[in-house]
Amino acid sequence: MSVPSVTRAPAATPGTAAHAGRTVRTRRRVLGLLVLLLLVVAACAASIAIGSRPLGPGTAWTALTDRSLRTEEAVIVWDLRVPRTALGLMVGAALGVSGALIQGHTRNPLGDPGLLGVTAGASFAVVLAIVLLGVGTPAGYVWFAFAGALAGTVAVYVLGSAGRGGATPVTLALAGSALSALLFALVRTMLISDSDSLDAFRFWVVGALAGRGADVAWQVAPFIAAGLVLALLNAPALDLLGLGEDVARGLGQRIWLARLTGLGATTLLAGAATAACGPIAFVGLVAPHVVRAFTGPAHRWLVPCAGLLGAVLLLTADVLGRVVARPGELQVGIVLALVGCPFFVALVRRRRTATL
Amino acid sequence: MTTSTPDAPPLSAPTSDGRVRLAAEGLRLAYDDRVVVEGLDLTLTDGSFTAIVGPNGCGKSTLLRALGRLLRPAAGRVLLDGRAIQRTPTRDVARALGLLPQTPVAPAGLTVADLVARGRHPHQSWLRQWSAEDEAVVAEALSWTDMGDLADRPVDELSGGQRQRAWISMALAQGTDLILLDEPTTYLDLSHQIDVLELVARLHAERGRTVVVVLHDLNLAARYAQRLVAMRDGVLVASGTPHEVLTEQLLADVFDLEARVVPDPVAGSPMVVPVRRLRR
Ligand SMILES: Nc1ncnc2c1ncn2[C@@H]1O[C@H](COP(=O)(O)OP(=O)(O)OP(=O)(O)O)[C@@H](O)[C@H]1O
Ligand SMILES: [Mg+2]
Repeated sequence: MSVPSVTRAPAATPGTAAHAGRTVRTRRRVLGLLVLLLLVVAACAASIAIGSRPLGPGTAWTALTDRSLRTEEAVIVWDLRVPRTALGLMVGAALGVSGALIQGHTRNPLGDPGLLGVTAGASFAVVLAIVLLGVGTPAGYVWFAFAGALAGTVAVYVLGSAGRGGATPVTLALAGSALSALLFALVRTMLISDSDSLDAFRFWVVGALAGRGADVAWQVAPFIAAGLVLALLNAPALDLLGLGEDVARGLGQRIWLARLTGLGATTLLAGAATAACGPIAFVGLVAPHVVRAFTGPAHRWLVPCAGLLGAVLLLTADVLGRVVARPGELQVGIVLALVGCPFFVALVRRRRTATL
Repeated sequence: MTTSTPDAPPLSAPTSDGRVRLAAEGLRLAYDDRVVVEGLDLTLTDGSFTAIVGPNGCGKSTLLRALGRLLRPAAGRVLLDGRAIQRTPTRDVARALGLLPQTPVAPAGLTVADLVARGRHPHQSWLRQWSAEDEAVVAEALSWTDMGDLADRPVDELSGGQRQRAWISMALAQGTDLILLDEPTTYLDLSHQIDVLELVARLHAERGRTVVVVLHDLNLAARYAQRLVAMRDGVLVASGTPHEVLTEQLLADVFDLEARVVPDPVAGSPMVVPVRRLRR
């Protein structure tokens, strides 16, 4: 390959201007990343300290650091708050990242895990598990939810690729909506005919971190970890796919490989998150839009930052839910819908939503 | 974009040894069952400058996509440097051949500099990330198209002509010596059309790039390209120098156009003066 040599000395070196612009952009992205990291730490601290029984920062810290302690506080911190915070961190990150991937792959600004049949598939499987097999604990139906999420995504992909053009953003979205409508109708039918299952399902479907112990966190952790790695590997390909499939392939990207990696990552992430906490809306949709303000369309930055913001959003909403309804608590899914909706409207009004 | 290059080196004729870079053999191209291009043979030699002309829907873009390995032929094959292109890895093709589709779209907020930087993708890997060489090539691609001042502007906020130049910069940054451009002059006013074609001509003349351009303006095609390829209904009708191809008979056959062909008063290349549309 011959690299073009500079044959003429440009009067004003435009490269310098481009270089300076890039430095400014990089600085903004690094700054955004640092702020997000700080927010994650703050949200974790709040999630450990705040609850129906508030612990001062000092008490929480001693309980955290001194494991020989067997006080009531230490038990609360280690048995309840730490697993819950860890789960919130993982699930929030998974939702944010999978939202960024789905928006990137479908080039649809409304993309979120619900779009590709993940949520519907998981819900259907959980209802089946509850109604037919009488499974009653989160740790029990995690596997069913996961299998359902996987089956849902694969079904959407197969349906979406059936046409002559193969899987395009539009056919995928159409297949996702159609399948979701069908599955949710089936879910409702089953719940109407069996009111006993309704309570167990209701608790799952509202979306909550409460009541999920360390066992659930351990169950989904490997899947989320694998999903995050795949997502980061997929990021450079998303940058190219954003230019259209023809240009991406012309630049040496194997399209099927990029799509497969993305599909695997979203299924792992959104499937694991939905399995653990039920369908949680808004995080996957909003997080990528917010971070895009400072990352721009560069997925190497967008994907990890969306994950961090997703974790912040989920943990904050969870803490908020513990505070507003004391001594009871509001499920995180409800808080997110209540707070997230106006927030999203404000975001859309403030700046033109990016066409992807 | 200014086309005057006061400090440009004297134009050297591209050193062409007539080696075949890209060839199509018995190509049949189809979308599902609908055959769009049939029995097409074409050879493109090293350092040549070819323009493909033909009426709307005759299969020019389809042919270009097949030449760039974006479309798998239903029959026949494409050879890149003597090797079947379908069996060449995607990345190797991307290092040898750059293709600019007819109407590419950039995502919102993507700056010109970042778009052009993505052209370096075929040269990067996990081991070899962004390098000083990439930086230099991108800067040079920007300066070639006079996009340096617009480097930090989002592509979706540029005029049609500026956008076109941004995409051409990206194709340049890819650093391939084989470049296929699908209608790079659509949306451009006449002077910007000239700008783009001058740029392409310079790439060919000064850099010895092998260039294929799909064009609708026959007069500009005849003036800039060394060779014209005329297509109609998916069949290659004529191929040769502009003088050989642009005849009154061919215009009637390919474009259903009654026209006079006179010498271009500026360049001496054949110039088409339409008389009226012929009904078949
Ligand atoms: N993706 C596609 N699926 C099905 N048919 C297609 C597709 N793309 C093009 N065609 C058809 O193939 C034929 C050739 O199209 P092509 O785009 O190659 O024409 P063209 O010569 O580039 O036309 P134009 O000058 O308008 O760009 C047309 O009849 C068109 O309708
Ligand atoms: Mg075309």
